[in-house]
Amino acid sequence: MIEFKMPSLGADMEDGILRQWRKKVGDVVKHGDIIADVETQKGLIEIEVFDEGKIESLLIKKDQKVPVGTVMALINPQINRQLTVLTKVKSNGELKIKKALAEPPKKVKISPLAKQIAEDNKIDISVLKGSGEDGAITKADVESVLANKEVTKENIFQANSIRQAIAAAMSKSNNEIPHYYLECKVDMSFTLRWLKDTNGKRPLSERILPVAVIIKAVAKALIEVPGLNGIWDKGFQQKKQINIGLVVSLREGGIIVPAIHDSDKKNESQLMAELNDLIPRARAMKLRSSELADSTITVTNLGDNSAETVFGVIYPPQVALIGIGSIHEEPFAENGMLTVRPVMNITLAADHRASDGHTGSKFLMILKKYLLNPDKL
Amino acid sequence: MKEEDIKETILNLLKKIAPDSKPEMLRPEDDIRRTLDIDSFDFLQFIVAIDKALGINIPEEDYGKVSTLKSLIEYINLEKVDIQDEEKP
Repeated sequence: MIEFKMPSLGADMEDGILRQWRKKVGDVVKHGDIIADVETQKGLIEIEVFDEGKIESLLIKKDQKVPVGTVMALINPQINRQLTVLTKVKSNGELKIKKALAEPPKKVKISPLAKQIAEDNKIDISVLKGSGEDGAITKADVESVLANKEVTKENIFQANSIRQAIAAAMSKSNNEIPHYYLECKVDMSFTLRWLKDTNGKRPLSERILPVAVIIKAVAKALIEVPGLNGIWDKGFQQKKQINIGLVVSLREGGIIVPAIHDSDKKNESQLMAELNDLIPRARAMKLRSSELADSTITVTNLGDNSAETVFGVIYPPQVALIGIGSIHEEPFAENGMLTVRPVMNITLAADHRASDGHTGSKFLMILKKYLLNPDKL
Repeated sequence: MKEEDIKETILNLLKKIAPDSKPEMLRPEDDIRRTLDIDSFDFLQFIVAIDKALGINIPEEDYGKVSTLKSLIEYINLEKVDIQDEEKP
């Protein structure tokens, strides 16, 4: 039986509240189906399932808050079995759920003090994950759930909740990741000219913004320098898929980072169309779980009329972040001549455990090459 | 279309693009993007919305001419006159 667990949608997510099951017991699900709506600090997220099979049981009730990793449903991968067998398994499954809801299973290991605190505060220990010896639930585990409960009680605004999520992720990043930083300046006149030409031929609704070209250039550079594309989990895991997370700022404060899947396989028009879909949904906090969890690298783009340089903080478990400052005019020396050009400062914040300055610099130089030759993208 | 109607249409479109902002507080000479904190993505949505609502296609090179409420209304008025002239037999 496959256990469908509360997914982690980023290093900053600790738990989620099930708001709605989109499937019922007996439904057949396939890769990419939306199984549930879960409320997180990043809004109401559509949770996708990545296994195939028939739903045997739904273990979590509507509006129940559970930590990341909690088993939420059981999926039977063998959907072609005899009906009689299915019925038997189904009834067994339901029996288990009833037991789980009525009383904690006997095998749950918990310290007496933790148990007392849990009982006093009506915390269901069957859904807790223990951090003690052999997975035993400790006083600290119960107290952390209690702390979250109190936060919920105070009914803090969503914006505050996002701020807390960012605080947690960025603190973790600065504590655990040995960052190194590199910077380069790019003459953007070639990209801007290319954009002017292409946009002049396009209908208004299909105009391309510089950010789409930048994402494409980053993706192409990552193909040549893949050592920055991936995650750190007890070691560097390079990813084949290039999913660029783009930082979207929320009007009420805070940021959200949806992933643009397979950025390298899309052209500028497709990337712009994706941004047109993704950015409004990100701002309305209506993203899917894969869009929040799959980024392999992050791009933060300050946009025009903004600061000229941004030195970012890596979003764990990723190992690199590319910071794009505003395009601004400045004196520019080239071939012994001094002119004024539209210039963009690009920075790279990278994890020194996963790469070195040499790799980072190579990446920036290739990225620069593409922005100087946008017709080759 | 009267100037007041154009202004009302613009303010309604801005409110849709930036729901929590207060476009009605914009003074004629205020920079729209800076005052309402509208980024380049939202500004493009705004330009597309103006085209849909008023039939005015603002090319990229004219973005600098429509940065304030006053200049945007003037721009739309001028373009409207041009369109009407073209439509005359």
